[in-house]
Amino acid sequence: MSLFRLFRPQASAPVARERLQVLLAHERTFCGRPDLVAKLQEEILEAISKHVSLDAEHIKVTTVRGKTISTLKVDIEIPSETDNLREAG
Amino acid sequence: MANVVVVTSGKGGVGKTTSTASLGAALAKTGQNVCVVDFDVGLRNLDLMLGAERRVVYDLINVIQGNAKLAQALIRDKRLDTLSLLPASQTRDKDALTEKGVARVMKQLREKFDWIICDSPAGIERGAILAMRHADTAVIVTNPEISSVRDSDRIIGMLDSKTERAESGGDIEKHLLIARYDASRIARAEMLGVDDVLDILSVPLLGIVPESEEVLRASNLGAPVTLSNPVCAAARAYQDAARRLTGEAVAMSVPRDRRNLFGKLFGGKAA
Ligand SMILES: Nc1ncnc2c1ncn2[C@@H]1O[C@H](COP(=O)(O)OP(=O)(O)OP(=O)(O)O)[C@@H](O)[C@H]1O
Ligand SMILES: [Mg+2]
Repeated sequence: MSLFRLFRPQASAPVARERLQVLLAHERTFCGRPDLVAKLQEEILEAISKHVSLDAEHIKVTTVRGKTISTLKVDIEIPSETDNLREAG
Repeated sequence: MANVVVVTSGKGGVGKTTSTASLGAALAKTGQNVCVVDFDVGLRNLDLMLGAERRVVYDLINVIQGNAKLAQALIRDKRLDTLSLLPASQTRDKDALTEKGVARVMKQLREKFDWIICDSPAGIERGAILAMRHADTAVIVTNPEISSVRDSDRIIGMLDSKTERAESGGDIEKHLLIARYDASRIARAEMLGVDDVLDILSVPLLGIVPESEEVLRASNLGAPVTLSNPVCAAARAYQDAARRLTGEAVAMSVPRDRRNLFGKLFGGKAA
């Protein structure tokens, strides 16, 4: 451990945490279906892509497992430039 | 009523066997009748951790195959007469563990003991499933590290689907035991913290066992750390965890970074 590292900690744990959350959402059985989260992500992407140009990496789906209910959290990053808007329909 | 506990993890080498022995001895010290069962057929280690390796005559598979009675295979600890071991076999074929045979042995153990603690093999295959199959309670051992957390998540999914309790529509009680916790690396955000692991796995915390030289020393001596050095931090963590298993509310203590600034600057180990 050097002086240098003391003042510049390498915070890799937050990256690990985020990668795990995304990975596990896809690995978990959701509502009894192992592939549901991947499917939902795909369909959400499809629905939004009709209006805004998006890539798969702009959608982050995570799940939180609970005792009686589980929750699905969907974060969608939408680029703010207006020229990304597509004509609806 | 007897409580069957499985100590499981998915990933290998995270501290299942160490935890089985340490929790088992901690419970036995409080006067509960405890049997620790080694399900790691072919790679047995629990006998070593308990210093009983030279006393193994018959094992779990002998009992399952009817070559020995349960009472002949059980080894009573020399230090604690409330602690017994049902060893695994070192050589025999894993397929000798049959679903029916395991069910019968677990039933017999329930009649004799208050606690039956099953040390699961690593992996998510048949051996791990048989070890968790009859459990009422699961202790999921996790290291604060990405692959261990991922494997624990898969094991939690299996506990919720492949155990007898889950199949009969019931619920298996789950506890998370964070082992090999390295406070200084967590403080530097090089390892996942307790909150990260709890958020991701959403299983209540049973305890936090620090990375400790005393654990290694204990395994060299053939005594669980809760017997060899009951006052060290790791042993205290296991003792508290054992009390929580029995339903007692015990305040959680998070191992602190024991290096002071001097240690941080020069890499020394200041106490
Ligand atoms: N808290 C700890 N501090 C230091 N070393 C530890 C700690 N816990 C476990 N170890 C060491 O880590 C190694 C693996 O531990 P253990 O055998 O209990 O893991 P396991 O999960 O049972 O492994 P396997 O999956 O191979 O059965 C052992 O050498 C053990 O001494
Ligand atoms: Mg082991």
